[in-house]
Amino acid sequence: MKRTRPATVPETNDGAGLIKPAGGPEHIVGRPESEPQILNSMQAIFRIRGISKVYRMGDVEVHALRSLDLDLYEGELAVLLGPSGSGKSTLLNIIGGLDVPTSGEVHYADHDLTRATDSELTQYRRDHVGFVFQFYNLIPSLTALENVELITEVSENPMKAEEALEIVGLSERMDHFPAQLSGGEQQRVAIARAIAKRPDVLLCDEPTGALDVETGKIVLAAIERVNRELGTTTAVITHNVSIARMADRVIHIGSGQIVSIERNETKARPADLVW
Amino acid sequence: MLSSLNKKLLRDILHLRGQIIATALVVACGVASFVSMQSTYDSLLITQQDYYAEYRFGDVFAHAKRAPENLRASIERIPGVASVQTRIVSEVVLDLPGLREPVQGRIVSIPEHRSPMLNDLHLLRGRYVDPRNSREIIVSGAFADANGFDPGDSIDAIINGRWRRLTIAGVALSPEYIYEIRGGDIFPDNKRFGILWMDRTSVAAAFDMEGAFNDLSLTLAPGASEQQVIDEVDRALEAFGGTGAYGRSDQLSFRFLVNEFAQLRSFGIVLPLIFLGVTAFLLHLVLSRLVNTQREQVGLLKAFGYTNFEIGSHYLGLAAAAVSGGLLLGMLLGVWMGSWMTTMYADYFHFPLLNFSVGFPLIVYSILITLASAAAGAMSAVRNAVRLPAAEAMRPEPPASFQAGLLERLQMTRVLPSSARIIFRNLSRHPVKATLAVLGISLASALLFTGFYFFDAIDRIVEVQFRQAIREDAVVAFNSLRPQSARRELAEMEGVRSVETFRAVPVRLRSENHSKRVALMGTERNPDLHRIVDERSQVFTVPPGGIVLSDALADTLGVAIGDQVTIDVLEGARPTAKVELAATVDELMGMNAYMHIRALNRLMNEDDVISGAYLEIDPKYSDVVYAKLKRMPAVAGVGLPGAMLETFNETFGKTIGQFTSILVLFSSAIVFGVVYNAARIALSERGRELASLRVLGFTKGEVTRILLGEHAFLTALGIPIGFAVGFFLCATMNNLMDTELLRLPLVFSQKTFVLTALFVALAAVVSGLLIMRRLRRLDLIAVLKTRE
Repeated sequence: MKRTRPATVPETNDGAGLIKPAGGPEHIVGRPESEPQILNSMQAIFRIRGISKVYRMGDVEVHALRSLDLDLYEGELAVLLGPSGSGKSTLLNIIGGLDVPTSGEVHYADHDLTRATDSELTQYRRDHVGFVFQFYNLIPSLTALENVELITEVSENPMKAEEALEIVGLSERMDHFPAQLSGGEQQRVAIARAIAKRPDVLLCDEPTGALDVETGKIVLAAIERVNRELGTTTAVITHNVSIARMADRVIHIGSGQIVSIERNETKARPADLVW
Repeated sequence: MLSSLNKKLLRDILHLRGQIIATALVVACGVASFVSMQSTYDSLLITQQDYYAEYRFGDVFAHAKRAPENLRASIERIPGVASVQTRIVSEVVLDLPGLREPVQGRIVSIPEHRSPMLNDLHLLRGRYVDPRNSREIIVSGAFADANGFDPGDSIDAIINGRWRRLTIAGVALSPEYIYEIRGGDIFPDNKRFGILWMDRTSVAAAFDMEGAFNDLSLTLAPGASEQQVIDEVDRALEAFGGTGAYGRSDQLSFRFLVNEFAQLRSFGIVLPLIFLGVTAFLLHLVLSRLVNTQREQVGLLKAFGYTNFEIGSHYLGLAAAAVSGGLLLGMLLGVWMGSWMTTMYADYFHFPLLNFSVGFPLIVYSILITLASAAAGAMSAVRNAVRLPAAEAMRPEPPASFQAGLLERLQMTRVLPSSARIIFRNLSRHPVKATLAVLGISLASALLFTGFYFFDAIDRIVEVQFRQAIREDAVVAFNSLRPQSARRELAEMEGVRSVETFRAVPVRLRSENHSKRVALMGTERNPDLHRIVDERSQVFTVPPGGIVLSDALADTLGVAIGDQVTIDVLEGARPTAKVELAATVDELMGMNAYMHIRALNRLMNEDDVISGAYLEIDPKYSDVVYAKLKRMPAVAGVGLPGAMLETFNETFGKTIGQFTSILVLFSSAIVFGVVYNAARIALSERGRELASLRVLGFTKGEVTRILLGEHAFLTALGIPIGFAVGFFLCATMNNLMDTELLRLPLVFSQKTFVLTALFVALAAVVSGLLIMRRLRRLDLIAVLKTRE
């Protein structure tokens, strides 16, 4: 697979204010053709069209996503905001190739994620995606360094694991096991692990959900730095409204649909966030 | 450089070392039992085949009363015969220094000068006989060992009615007597039965057999039909009192060997299969639960693009660790045990050289079957890991749906303490897990049960055969038929308390195309000394008419009660008769045929004659009685059941005892492996729940009670089921080990039940203590902080 890498860090304050979604599918905001004047300098790397996801829980059908359309642009930092149960994790899983929608289409660059086989999805994740989870999901039996190496070993063009840990400020503690690290440190290891393979996309699911404010800020700073310095397209899902201020775009999700999308004219620095 | 995934594998292995060692031990037991038994089997078989080939073991054997030596040439001309050796064979009574009772010797003639012959001798000590000295003999190795003979020693023998002193020139082995047993005996008594080889001229002179022979052995040309040659030989010997030629399958030593090998072989297949089945089960238990506790790690690996193959291999690696460790240990143990078992067989199989070897194919087989069992066990767990959808794996396992169960419906909740309620709810919440754990424990109990059962079976055989059936102190065999009045002579001897007589006739029993050579025993109507006792200790009475066969013999002949059995008598006038099968008797040992003595006399067209007698002897007078028997010219030999039992205990009993001890040891390892694994996994699965309970105020004791109470409950449930499984296992083994010589009775002593339960309980307690140690160290905060 060809690696798609953004040439430049996208501009973040190009004058777009609050954009209200039109509601119907023909007016869904985010399609390049519906707002060429705003986003023509950016390439939509993800094109999501009309996806639905239905889970079956016993006798009940749960509609996690309902005919959702969305584009994500190269190099942007998008925050997907929504209450729990809004479908944002499901959306992230689909973008990350961990799950497939019940209907609709998802394209990443020239890959059709909806029609990909299991092994194609695996290859897609291996080549392009980095994940950060709320509960870190480090392998307890591996040290910080080894947890990162676990991923660099199967990547084509990774940075050195030590380098990744340095980016998240953990050079000093790379030989510690997860049990010997604080929650914030564990999450930064998880971020190092996610970015070490130089992914095209960094997907973070509630990265600060289990952390206190100060630690959370350090973790967010690490994510922001990766986005800024490596130009990695980043999607962060959270229910924490304050975090939205560091995004290029804030995508509000509710009941499996996009409620609205706003653009931040000026992005806040993670350190200035308050919650 | 070790990859991180392999580092994880290594650390997981280290972390799970208890379970992996337990599983490896079970693998080792399975491999060791397979390698030891199969290598023993292979080694014995190769040794036997080499021995037979190198020392020219005969293919067909025949006895006659007296045939002229020139008959040999015409037998040699029979199509299919390769070479013929004629001999003079005669039973003699020996007087051995230090032995009160008479001893039976079999004199077998050998050429004057050492030359290649059929059934050639392998000299262990001393030299070949000197033809100039007519008193020199070579004695069989087992006989010499049992009596401490060396070249230069002498033995007194009654030869043709005259006492003669014989000098031992050498000690030798013969392929004819690998298993050196007197016809009609159940176990060898090497002290009181031996082979004496003497030069042909001296034997002929001593027995007035110059220019004649009474025994022959021949080998077949490649592709010859054994049956055709046997028929021709029978025809040739008919006029000279031939008793019917027979092939190797009826040769006593060969038959015992074949039976023993067959038993060893089936045992060596069944037992390892059971062990490896348990291995598969254990691996399944460990791996599936491991995958379950590591589902998020699986999800993570998938999220970052590890392929199914990589993830599957990773978990298979864990199985491989347990299995390869066990495989290596088992092979070493198996080779060691195999060489030990092979030398143990040398106690009663007399080979010139026992070559223990482990063949390359055996090693390959053991690796293959072990890997197959490991793969079978690991399969479903690994498949689950591979199939787990990545997105789902990231979420913790959804809590099981809770419903009001049996407990609630039965209104039991109020009666039971809360810890018991937690135990029972947990069990009913995971019925599959609970069932598997119970199954594992019951399988292990069943193995242990089977181990103990063999002691019961042997005890039972000894009880039935030596206490209930054979109750005489001595069996006297006459060298020719005696009238019933001989009974009075014996009865009048001082010290003889009672006498029973018997008539034994060599016959060939036939029915359609099945036939079997046996000794047809004519017995008294209601014997008190030598009785026929069936498996259930019922004394059987031989009816006045018809023939009675042991079940094994009736099966071999394919006859049922009421069928006609053809009897070809193989001595005297060799009449043939058809007799109705009057009854069958479920005996434990041998292929036996019985008739009432009068009916047999009638069939033989003879007066009331007997072949021998059973004696009950007052122990105070036994020396006197034996001394008198020794001097009676009519006595060909005396058998002592007591001595036979002694040999049994020393050889078979010891062998089976040691073998069974190993089985019990192995089973104990399995019991421990299963029980410990089940408890250990329960701890890792429920650590968080138990820590929560501790935080909520449960004491250490209460938490321990919940975990170990569940464990105890499962063990208690597994034991009785284990008895049932064990019963079927024993029955299956019995069927497989059923040989014509010996059938193990399906009896179980209380001791077996108690010991099985005790051992399993002990294993449960030891595992419980190990778990308890871990439970006490449970770090509450750490456990609660990590997400399950």
